[in-house]
Amino acid sequence: MTDQDGPQYQQLLARKVEVVNVGLEGFVKDLRDCGIDVVHVDWKPSAGGDPQMAALLAKLGV
Amino acid sequence: MNVVVLNEVRKGFYLDSVALMRLSREVAGSPGVIEAALMMGTPSNAAIMRNAGLLEEGTAVKGNDLVIAVKAESETAAREALDNAIKSLDKPKSQGEAQSAWRPHSIAAAVKNRPEINLALISVPGEFAAAEARKALNRGLHVLMFSDNVSLEDELSLKQQARAAGLLMMGPDCGTAVIGGAPLAFANKLTRGRIGIVGASGTGTQEVSCLISEAGAGISHAIGVGGRDLKKDIGGITTLMAIDAFDSDPETDHVVLISKPPHPDVAKSVLQRIGKSKKSFTVCFIGASEVELPPNARFSPTLKGAAELALGHQKIGAGFDANAVASRIPRNGRGGIEGLFAGGTLCAEAQVILAAAGRKVASNAAIPGVLKLGVEPNDGRDRLIDLGDDEYTRGRPHPMIDPSVRDEALRAALRNRDLSVVLLDLVLGYGAHADPAEHLTKIVTDRGRDAPALIASVVGTEQDPQGRSAQVRKLEQAGILVAPSNAQACELAVAIVQNAGR
Repeated sequence: MTDQDGPQYQQLLARKVEVVNVGLEGFVKDLRDCGIDVVHVDWKPSAGGDPQMAALLAKLGV
Repeated sequence: MNVVVLNEVRKGFYLDSVALMRLSREVAGSPGVIEAALMMGTPSNAAIMRNAGLLEEGTAVKGNDLVIAVKAESETAAREALDNAIKSLDKPKSQGEAQSAWRPHSIAAAVKNRPEINLALISVPGEFAAAEARKALNRGLHVLMFSDNVSLEDELSLKQQARAAGLLMMGPDCGTAVIGGAPLAFANKLTRGRIGIVGASGTGTQEVSCLISEAGAGISHAIGVGGRDLKKDIGGITTLMAIDAFDSDPETDHVVLISKPPHPDVAKSVLQRIGKSKKSFTVCFIGASEVELPPNARFSPTLKGAAELALGHQKIGAGFDANAVASRIPRNGRGGIEGLFAGGTLCAEAQVILAAAGRKVASNAAIPGVLKLGVEPNDGRDRLIDLGDDEYTRGRPHPMIDPSVRDEALRAALRNRDLSVVLLDLVLGYGAHADPAEHLTKIVTDRGRDAPALIASVVGTEQDPQGRSAQVRKLEQAGILVAPSNAQACELAVAIVQNAGR
């Protein structure tokens, strides 16, 4: 996945970071205090809390 | 004593590990309670609670269940503590910013509504972290995975997927990164400047970036790659991509690479890549002997040395004279050093410095050439403990978030009359404890007059939420010697024991 400016990972340093936070809620305030836009996901373990099933579903793109 | 164990299982109820820690403390402090835990019922947490005798016979839990477990001296005490915990859980949340803002239920929903999102910060329990990272990569996001306990197979497949998509996969177990001033996970408020960092070790990155920032220069970006990126299995995938990124970054003139000694094949390919770069490099493989470098790179085996090279040989803490400070410490005829570190890389740097000074050293996180603690008797060696290691953090937050992980070991060290010195570190910044100096001074305040000398270093900057100088002042007021860097704290420890034995 590249465009005329090079691969996305080379552009990351030049662009504004905007974050989706999944997990520790404390990170949200830290980012906002530094002027970074962040959306916090109200996360719960997927697949009824079964890690193997959650991994499989993620691989399948669910 | 009659011991009663009671459990409450909340189905489909999630709280993050820091919120759980706070509530666990509250419950553990209730009258008559021997032990208490609030944990998500993941397989690894269920095993911890079962081993601690905190799960009732027949209690079945799943990863999306919240388990409250109380062990108490009586049924009444257990019931009361449990009821209080339930009340706290059911209390309406304060209307803070995070609560009042829009909170989607998935990464997909977040990205759909906010297509500008370009990075996912993932800190869910390790068992679920790879699945969340895969969802983020599938949606074209760079990932910083703070979570640990992710398998090497998952790490490799995530990094391969990221590389194929042109995305940066930082982690798993990536403690820190600063991208364009955005502090990701544990990070410090740094002066912006023209030095970039690629770090396979979180506290190593924090120490070097803070020393550079406090010395008056600045950091462009710090990219974390995760502690295993330079192992043979992963092959330095993210490190090589990070070097590419810095190579084309007009804001960066010089790059510092920080890692424990990599696999030789990986070191070779990384150093070859550095040789092709237009930028100059400082390579810090902590504890490695001198490595063969391309002409545009310099080597340091320590973090302080790496910061000084990046600063163009400017000395860190130039006015600090370890021998002069040591000469003012009363001699006590003992000789031992014990280090109790929140920062794993600071523990590794301490091993390098003590071993180079001729000390015999043992550690639970031993670098090459140092005895691994617990394998054989350490027969009078200095003990340097990494309190962020799995054995101390399984089922509880990292000591940088919850400094009480160190309390018990510190109290024991203060009573240990074989020790001349106890070495400590405080790590400040976003994500870290709000006032680690206050916590530490409370533990040491009633130490005996003949307790070992306490030496600390403070990783942080003046702009950090805790303020470096305010933390240093609190430590000094409690009689703790504070060095300008972890390396100089170690040099002072060596000077004191050499003085004591004279």
